[in-house]
Order: sequence, then C-alpha cells, then structure tokens
Amino acid sequence: MVMYWVALLAISILIYLLLDGFDLGVGMLFGVAGSEAKRDAMLSTVAPVWDGNETWLIVTGVIMWGSFPVVYAMVMSALYIPVVVMLLGLILRGVAFEFRGKALRSRWVWDVSFVAGSFAASFMQGAMVGALVEGLQFSNGDYTGGTLGWLTAFSALCGIGLCFGYSLLGACWLVRKSDGPVRDAARRQIPPLAIGVLVFLVVVFAYALAEHLPILKRWTDRPYLLVFPAIGAGAAAMLAKSILVHDDYWPFHMVALIFVAAFATLALSFWPYMIPFVVTIDEAAAPHASLAFMFWGAGLFAFPLMLLYVAVGYRVFRGKTAPVADHH
Amino acid sequence: MDPTALLLSRLQFAFTISFHIIFSAFTIGLAAWLTVLEAMHQSTGKPVYRTLFAFWLKIFGVAFGMGVVSGVVMAFQFGTNWSVLSKMSGPIQGPLLSYETFTAFMLEAGFFGILIFGRSRVPPWLYLFSTAMVALGTTLSAFWIMVNNSWMQVPTGYVLQNGQFVPDDWAQIIFNRVVWVRFPHMLLASYLTGAFCVAATGAWYLLRRTYRAEAHVMLRMGLALAAVLLPVQLFIGHLVGDYVHDYQPAKFAAIEARWHDEQPASEVLIAIPDSSTESNKYAISIPVLGSIIGSMSLTSKEVGLTSFAPQDRPPVAIPFFAFRIMVGCGFVMLGLAWLGSWLGLTHRLDRSRLLLWGIFLSFPLPWIAILTGWYTAEVGRQPWTIYGVLRTADAVTPFLTASAAMASLILFVAVYAFIFSFGTYYIYRLLRAGPAGLGGRPRHVPVPNRPMSLADQVPAARSYLEAGE
Repeated sequence: MVMYWVALLAISILIYLLLDGFDLGVGMLFGVAGSEAKRDAMLSTVAPVWDGNETWLIVTGVIMWGSFPVVYAMVMSALYIPVVVMLLGLILRGVAFEFRGKALRSRWVWDVSFVAGSFAASFMQGAMVGALVEGLQFSNGDYTGGTLGWLTAFSALCGIGLCFGYSLLGACWLVRKSDGPVRDAARRQIPPLAIGVLVFLVVVFAYALAEHLPILKRWTDRPYLLVFPAIGAGAAAMLAKSILVHDDYWPFHMVALIFVAAFATLALSFWPYMIPFVVTIDEAAAPHASLAFMFWGAGLFAFPLMLLYVAVGYRVFRGKTAPVADHH
Repeated sequence: MDPTALLLSRLQFAFTISFHIIFSAFTIGLAAWLTVLEAMHQSTGKPVYRTLFAFWLKIFGVAFGMGVVSGVVMAFQFGTNWSVLSKMSGPIQGPLLSYETFTAFMLEAGFFGILIFGRSRVPPWLYLFSTAMVALGTTLSAFWIMVNNSWMQVPTGYVLQNGQFVPDDWAQIIFNRVVWVRFPHMLLASYLTGAFCVAATGAWYLLRRTYRAEAHVMLRMGLALAAVLLPVQLFIGHLVGDYVHDYQPAKFAAIEARWHDEQPASEVLIAIPDSSTESNKYAISIPVLGSIIGSMSLTSKEVGLTSFAPQDRPPVAIPFFAFRIMVGCGFVMLGLAWLGSWLGLTHRLDRSRLLLWGIFLSFPLPWIAILTGWYTAEVGRQPWTIYGVLRTADAVTPFLTASAAMASLILFVAVYAFIFSFGTYYIYRLLRAGPAGLGGRPRHVPVPNRPMSLADQVPAARSYLEAGE
C-alpha cells in the first residue's frame, strides 16, 4: 500500500514536471518573443492544456498530505517562502493568460505578470529541489534552518537550472506545435538553452563533489543508477541530431526523456528517504487505514480515469496549432 | 511559537479562504442554474432559455477560473502555516482532500470542455448530461470540504496514536449527522447565491427597461427558487444550531452572548458583549426564548460562557454579530423573495420599482450571509483548530517567524486585490452588457480547459444562437 502511493506520488510529480514544465517554459520564452502575433501564437499552443497541467500540482499536494503527512508538513513549512512565491507566480500567470485577451491599454501588465509569474514559479520549484538535495536542517521533525535557510548558492543554481530546463522543454514544445517564425525562433533557442542545461549539470556535479554532498554517496553506492544519466546522455545526443535535421517532432520527446532520466536519478538517489537522510518513506507513511481508504476509491478508480482524461485531452489537440492571423 | 506569526497566519487563512468561498459558492449555484436552464430549454424549446444559458455560461466561466486559482493556494497553506495540524490530522484530512481533488476535478475537467465547446458536437442529451456533471463536480467538491471541516468541528471516528489522528471509522467520519446538516446548509447557501444574483440581474434590466423577456425569466425563476429554498434553509440552519448546541456549547454560548448559566434562559436579540466585565451592554432580550431555541423547552438550563475556563472560551463579539448579520440577511432575502414572487404572480412586479431596486441591490446579501456564517462557525470554534483536541495556537508551524508570515500576508493581499478587482470588473462588464451584449473583440480561438476564455467566445456563441432555433 505504501509502495502504491509512493509510485502514484512519483508519477504525479513526473507528470507535473513534464506538463507544467513546457507551459511554464513557454511562459518564460514569451518574454523574448518579438511581436504581438508571435506571442498570440505561442499562447495558443498551451492555452488548451495549461490549467489541466497545473492541477497535477494539486494532485501532488494532496497525495503527499494524505499519504505522507509528515513529509508534507515538514517540507511545506520549511520551504515557506518559496512555496508562497511559487503559488503567487502560478496565480499571476494563470489569470494573465485570460485577462490579457480582455485588457485594452493594460495588456502589457498581463504580459509582464505572465512572464514574471512563470519565472517565479519555475525558479522556486528548482530552488526547492536544490534545497532538499543539499539538505535542510531539521531537529526532532522541526525545521531549524531559518526563514531563508533554503536559499543557498546551490539552491539558487538549481532554480536557474530549472528555468533553463523548462525553457528548453517549452522551446521544443513550440517547435512541435507551431509553424513559421515562432517555430524557427524556438528552434534557434534550443541550442543555447540545451547548453545552459548542460553547463548547469556540470556545475551542479562539480559543486556536489567539492562540497561532499551526502547525496553523492548514493551514486557511488549504487552504480546502477548511472543507467539513468546514460539514458539522459543518449537523449541529448538524439536531441542534437533532431535539431540538426530540423525535425519538429522528436526534440520535445527527447527533452522529456532527459527530464524523466533526471527525475529517476534524483528519486532513486533519495530512496529510501523522502527528505534525504531525515525521513524515510516508511517513517513518513500515513497509517494503513488512511492509505487503504484512498486506495480503494481515489487510487484504484479515479487516478486511472484522470490519466485517461489527460491522454484524451492531448489527443484532441494533437498536431500543429492553427496559425493565428495577425490582426494588429 | 510566535504569537504574532500565529495571528498573521490566522488572518492569512481567513483572507484567502474568504476570497475562495465567494467564487466557489457562486460557481456551485451557477452550475445548478445552467443545468436547470438547459433542461428547461430542451423540454420547452423556448429560445429565451438558450439565450440565458449562453449568457450565464460566460459569467460561470470567469467565476470558475477565479475559484480555481484561489483554490490552489488552499491545498498548500495547511502545510506552510499549520504544519503541526497537517502532521497530526493528515491521515484524515489528507485523504478527504484527495477524494475532493480526484472526484471533483475528474468530473469538472472531463465535462467542462463539452460544456463550452461541445454544443454542436454532441447530442442534446449528452450536452445536458455534461452540464449536470459539471454541477455535480462542484457539488462533490463542496461535499468533501464540508466533511473535512465538519470533522474539525466535531472530530469523530479516530484514535490518537503517536501524535497523529488515525482514522478508525471512515463511515463515521463521512456519514455523521453533523456533515449531513452542514453540507445541505452550504449547498443551499450556494444555490441561494445563484438565485439572488440571477434575480438581481433581472431586476437591473427591468429598471433599465432592457431585455424584458430575459429579465422576466430571471426574476421569476430566481425569486421562486429563493422563495422555496429560504424557509428550508432557515430550518436547516436551525438544525445546524442544534449540533452546535449539542457538541460545541461554548460556541453556542458565544453566539447567544450568554455569559452565565440561565434557567430558563433568555434570548439576547441585540447587545454589545463585553468580555472584560463578562456581561452585555444595551441588551435587548426576551425571557425564556433562549431555552426554546436551544432545547425546545420552556424550562431548560442553558450553559453560559463563564462555565468554561477563560482559555477555553471563543471570542464573543465576532460570532455574536456575525450570526445576527447572517440571520438578518436570511430574513431580508426571505421577505424580498416572497414579496417579489407574490407580486410576480399577480403581474405587478414591473411597476414595483422600489422592490426591483431592493432586489437589484440585494445581490451581495447571500455572500454576506455565507461569509458571516463561516465566521460564526470558524471563530466560534476557537481556541480550537480541531474542536476540543488541538488548539489553534498549538497547530501553527512552530518555527514560523512573524516577518515571514507578514511578508506572505502582504503579498497575498496585494496579488488577490489586484486580480480579483479585475475579475469582478470583468464579470460586471458582462452583466452590464447583457445577453445580447455578446460583442467585444474575438481574440483567441476559444479552447477547452480555459475557463475564462469563454467570455471571448463571441462568434461561436452568436452563431449557435442564430442557428439553434
């Protein structure tokens, strides 16, 4: 039962990363789009799906609270500032999506809040993962690191890294879903973004070595984990090739595969801890009565239906988005 | 625990959830109203129902979007500000909220697209079914929230193990009597919100002498529904009072501003409660009525606040006044609904401009009633978060600093004020423009999963209006 909910939590986080990742990425790239027509075209590629994507964050939150209340309580309270800023960023970009179409003179306000909200949410998500990897201070289950304890050079680096990662995913999404100048611009953005991600990974690895981060030991203990970075490297090679041959379809899938590999590497190097070296999965698990109650309804029936809905939703909107006429 | 951080956390929770309930209650009411309109249209074939459906669907879209974004915050705020509560009650509250997310979102997400874009793509019965499923989704969401909150009001079906509330009887948690009076109370409050907004819009159009056909339908249906539901709501409200009387005597005494045990007890109609002297100033009370309301008896002894240790008493002024405002709103709405329905039946409503003004201006009343009702319930529960078991002061994140809590509260207030003023302005613009005012510049091709894009959906809405009949 515990393993079932660990799996569902991991799947939900991964779905969230991939889905909201590309639309947050499009949100950040939106800032450098040259013209109103391009911005409209970019928005129309994510418009049908973005708030469905975002609900996976809530799914993640409630699974965590119901199945692993100790971790939910410890992580959310320790990461107070980044969680709040992330939520505000998501709200601002969510409504900006809708309001910019209604605003007349104040459209720039919503354009700014769309870009800024996307950046804030992405950076904070990366920084939170970074803070967990580096290790937050807890004693007796209470966080003792202080209000800004999560903010270190390493976590900031991870925040920037995730901005690059999401932007890369977003650019690949645009290549896949759009045509004309929007696609061409996105394709030109992919190499620098990919290099940015690569540099980030190298720096993170170097930092982890230099600082002797305890999580590094997991990788030397468990060499088989290296299969995931290897998959990531293979996907990166395929990405480079598909960019060179101007393929529209594969870059997104290759970057998604890189994300899956990175997520698997991280998740398995945490194992069996949920908060590294502080709380294990079994210590965090809710009582059996809670897990079983969730399993026999929400887990067994509703969750597969939710997956089905996502699949159907993306199937309905498959293919390139119709080009948006420039009426400005 | 920092007392300032505690106060700020409470303010933040109250602020964010108050905003959320405004839009959620409206959405629940409107979803039901849309279902009724679609059913009426399909059974009578009258075009006016179709026009109204298209009009209110746009407003529903904006309100739904606002409800969604303000709801995301709620899923995380338990953990950020109330870490002790989330750790202790996670095994019960977490699964309940999971069910809310999994069941309500399923239905809403699955059928919302059809509701907006599927009119021409699905057979009429399926369209009606989809509308009903969205309404069911919003209702289920309310149900799970009420189960959750009722458990905090009257915790049951659990054992305390290793500092956690471990569920040992889910049926007791979900199907206990408290849930089944509070859930209908909230549901009817939402329906009344929808009914009064619809009726007020109708009154507004009649006052402006525009959209007469639509205005009549809105007034007639809104007022009739309110006229029927309000007495039921008052009765259920009385049952809610009974549970408070039985399970939360300190809250009941605070609502009644009853400081000392009385037998038989009088009912304080209005007063200024003063906790420093443990008495009421300028009180107007009716003898014996307190016993009748509390226990349906002429002789019963009713408990006063001084029977509880000072640290176990809730604040008195907020529950006392909030309750009276809620009940007052209820009676004003009852008067308007009954008078309006009667004049409507005798075809005199059009000429009763004073009453039309009253109905038009009454649109905030259901929201005021909902908010004050919740303030009565939540402030009256103090000093407990989980009644009788976990104090609010012990539930807050112990290491939260006042500066962090202040920063987040200021940010929430600023961002919410900003976006919600635009959102409500946008709804106002739609309402002012009216059913034929589907105009405006079409900007995006409307797409599902984008609630608020609905309001842009000009060409589609207009074309099916023309082609529909």
